[in-house]
Formats: sequence, structure tokens, C-alpha cells
Amino acid sequence: MNIVRRSFLKLAGSVGALAAFGAASLLRSAGAWAAWNKAGFESKAFADALKNLGVANPVESRDIAITAPDIAENGAVVPVAVTSKIPGTEQISIIAEKNPFPLAATFDVGNGGEGYVSTRIKMGQTSDIWAVVKAGGKFFTAKKEIKITVGGCG
Amino acid sequence: MSDPMKIRATLQGDTADVRILMLHPMETGQRRDAKGELVPLHFIQSVLITHNGKTVLDAQWSQAVSRNPFLGLRIKGAKAGDKISVTWVDNKGEKRTDEAAVTAS
Repeated sequence: MNIVRRSFLKLAGSVGALAAFGAASLLRSAGAWAAWNKAGFESKAFADALKNLGVANPVESRDIAITAPDIAENGAVVPVAVTSKIPGTEQISIIAEKNPFPLAATFDVGNGGEGYVSTRIKMGQTSDIWAVVKAGGKFFTAKKEIKITVGGCG
Repeated sequence: MSDPMKIRATLQGDTADVRILMLHPMETGQRRDAKGELVPLHFIQSVLITHNGKTVLDAQWSQAVSRNPFLGLRIKGAKAGDKISVTWVDNKGEKRTDEAAVTAS
């Protein structure tokens, strides 16, 4: 009798702990995610995408380097890397000016994450690629034209 | 369930060079299948990368990121054995988390 009760208590205890852990990790992940910028990602015009990113008075900066090919044969896979040497870089966005939805990606960096991101994006046609960097509440930009041989939207 | 990510984190000095390859179709909603019907939007919206539990990169993506997305980043102040965790969530609510340790180069 006593043994049964013991094991029941043990089981109940571990289930409870598990549930508590699950709830805690759920809460933590919910808190950590930045809200997805729906307005920005659904903007169809370059100017609107900038506006919905909250960009005001952007300054062109030579401290931002965009590493990407001059000519990309396949628009479905265009490697783009952005390096920002601006101190206090908080956010890097990549925008393909003539894409149906120009804003491709936004990266929030911090806690030792450096002002560098590298990824691959799709481009519908030859266009300027913009890197928009947010640092200390200000916005800095750089751009680079990439020629596309075959578009990668369809 | 989606396929596991490939994560490689190598130490260069005090900076970890992290390369992640996710396996995901990243449908734009503009592509047509063999029957001529539009394939619905299906893409990774958010990616969260932590270094020993601290968020170092929080990415928000559109469908313009290429199929099987690649993501490269650098983490300053990393040491061999540090834990890198990557979680993505797509627009259908599917998610996946994978972890890797930083290795000395």
C-alpha cells in the first residue's frame, strides 16, 4: 500500500515538473521573438518598405559593405552578405528594390552577435540591393546593383 | 516533421563563425505546380539564434529568402564548446530547433 502511494507521488511530481518546464520554455520563447513585421514584408513599393521599417532620414554610409556578385545567373539563389562596421549596430535589413515585395529580411543582432549576416535571396530582376543598418536609433544605408540573367520569383 | 538543420560553428580567434543550412521549400506563392495551380505561400518567418542561451540574432524573413535557406553570422566572445541553438518558425506555425557546439578551428 505504502509503496504504491510512493510511486504515485513520484510520478505526479515528475509530471508536474515537466509541465512547469514546458510552460516556462514556452513563455521564454514567446518573449524572445520579435514581432514579424507584417506591414514591412507586405509592402509592394520600395518607399513603403522603408517607411514600414521605421526608417527616417537614412544616411549613406561607407562603413557598410555588401558582398554579392555583380551578375547573378540564377535569380533564385543570390548570395548576399552585409558587414556593418558602424558601432552599436542593432539591426540589418536587406531590401531588393524591384522585387514584388522588396523587404527580404531583417536581422536583429546583439549580445556579441556581430554586424555581419550572410544569406541567399531570390530576385525577380536586375535591381539595386539595399542594406539598411540601424545603429543608435539612426539609419544608415548602402546599395549595390546586381544584374540578374534569369529571374527567381516564379 | 521537417529535416534537421546543418549547423557548423568554428572558432576564429575569439569569434565564432556560424553557418546554418535549413531545409525548407520557401514557397513564394507565385510559383505554379505541374497542374498550373499556384503553390501557396510557405516560408520561414522567424529565426532565433542563441549563444549559451542569450539571443545573438533574431531574424525576420519574407518569402524572398531562397529555398533551403543559408544563414551565416559571427559571434564575438565565443569559446570552444559553447552551445549554439537555432530555432525557426514558418508561416504555417511549424517549427524546428537544432543545436551545435562551437569547435576550435
